[in-house]
Amino acid sequence: MSVANPSKAKRSITHLILLLLAVIVLMPYAWLLVVSLKSREDFFSGMFFPPGDGFLGIAWDALTLENYTNLLDMGFGRAAINSVFYASTSAVFATFVCAATGYVLAKSKFRGRTFMTLVVLGSLIVPPTLLIAPSYELLYHLGLLDSVWGLLLPTFAPAFGVFLFRQAVQQSVPDELIEAARIDGCSEAGIFMVIVLPLIRPMIGAFLLITFLAMWNNFISPQIVLQTASKQPLSVAIAQLRGVYQTDYGLLMAATVVSVAPVAVLFLVLQKQFISGLTSGAVKG
Amino acid sequence: MKSQRFNSRVIFAWAALTPFIALFVVFMVYPLIQSAFLALNQTYGPETRLFVGTKNFDLLIEDPVFWKAIRNTLIYTLGSLFIQLPMAFGLALVLNSRRLKGRSVYRLIFFSPQLMGLVFVSILGALAFEKRAGLVNRTIAWFTQNAAYLEIDWLQTYIMPTLILISLWLYVGFNMIYFLAALQNVNHSLLEAAEIDGAGPLNRLRHVVIPSVRPVATFVVLLSMIGSLQLFELPYILLQGNGGPNNQGLTIVMYLYQNGFELGDLGYASAVGWALALMLIILALIQIRMVRKEEALR
Repeated sequence: MSVANPSKAKRSITHLILLLLAVIVLMPYAWLLVVSLKSREDFFSGMFFPPGDGFLGIAWDALTLENYTNLLDMGFGRAAINSVFYASTSAVFATFVCAATGYVLAKSKFRGRTFMTLVVLGSLIVPPTLLIAPSYELLYHLGLLDSVWGLLLPTFAPAFGVFLFRQAVQQSVPDELIEAARIDGCSEAGIFMVIVLPLIRPMIGAFLLITFLAMWNNFISPQIVLQTASKQPLSVAIAQLRGVYQTDYGLLMAATVVSVAPVAVLFLVLQKQFISGLTSGAVKG
Repeated sequence: MKSQRFNSRVIFAWAALTPFIALFVVFMVYPLIQSAFLALNQTYGPETRLFVGTKNFDLLIEDPVFWKAIRNTLIYTLGSLFIQLPMAFGLALVLNSRRLKGRSVYRLIFFSPQLMGLVFVSILGALAFEKRAGLVNRTIAWFTQNAAYLEIDWLQTYIMPTLILISLWLYVGFNMIYFLAALQNVNHSLLEAAEIDGAGPLNRLRHVVIPSVRPVATFVVLLSMIGSLQLFELPYILLQGNGGPNNQGLTIVMYLYQNGFELGDLGYASAVGWALALMLIILALIQIRMVRKEEALR
């Protein structure tokens, strides 16, 4: 469907505008990638590639991986490992906790179910920034400041996940199937693991990705909770790198490429699930 | 036999709920209650508390820096509502057309900045808007062939426009996805009927398309309002932790962070947090009211 009936001229104008916007969106990536391959001395020669007498008038020999090797020498690899660990742990636990809770809220009848559902939904309107200061105090009293668990535990029970999984179970798990499994003698845990989880697989995939990305890109929590440099994820490490090496553009660009590339690859592989997961709340809400 | 079966169901239900309830109470309910108490105290770090009653709020109302932060945050929010969302909707309309070649590639391209994550976008943005070396000034200077444009000091002089420009790059494609999903709800036969009845493109947009995307649009407006009012990472990283010259880039959450974690007054920080929460609630209520009124009129 389309609102307008575009003539040929109109259509080429549309394409021209889209192309221009696409270039504006893509140019920073190209710049990021190319500058990360330039040495410090070459930084100011040319906006993108350093000019020279190679193919296309570019000094290809001047490109170097030294920014990346420098990063490794500075212990940036440690931050990358931390990010992978934090993001995957957070994603797996949050998904499992939310799936189990959402399933029970959707299918079990018990006193207080409506109340609990309302509390979970109501908590969605609490702005996370309101909890920053009291959470810090809480973690201090629990002895969890500068601890990996102080960072991870609060991410294991996101209320919006419970909401999403409750909806997914309601939509795609029929009561009859659960009853039939019960009659066949399947245990309650068995029903959840063998019957329910496979049926809500699209939501599991989407939610794993959402929570993984949320933790990978989380800055304020690790910045507040973690103090030891060796525990920091990429997001905090890169901000500190900028504080110290403000003018070493190549190094900062390389660090950004390292931080962004794994997520981009992950997305391109799982694109469809991601978009359906992101929009599922919107369309049905 | 039957009651045994029932028992195992109850046991499973509680076993499945317990981790969530425990984590939810400890890391959500308790801090929420504490934030109310904290706002009535003055602290120096997490160990010392001094009850001051409503003094934090009295100070807040007369705190010019806080008002500056509110002003900046509102400017940014208005920017995202009135520049970003119309652009996102426009792009969605264009990319929804089946006749358009390459529309899935365009969708992916426009959405892609969202993959970078706010912190990393902030680093890239900080470098791109750097004077002399940055991509933005170099591009302007290249097009105009005028080296004077290399000296535009975005981060010091034009911090709010810079924030809005970067967030356009980051969020237009993201919100476009929501609008694209909403456009699936538009009724084809209604659209065709309107066309046969002689309704032009603008009239069809106004009377058929916009009413059917309104529920999603309301949701997107609310989401970007909530997100914009809590802006933190972008200015924090661009300005290296402070508010910029004359606090021109200071946002509410940055001010909360400065008070709580640089000055150690978690109480004052909580008061800032409650002021922000209050703003969010009021704006949400106003919006719900407006939607109800419109529905009543129809």
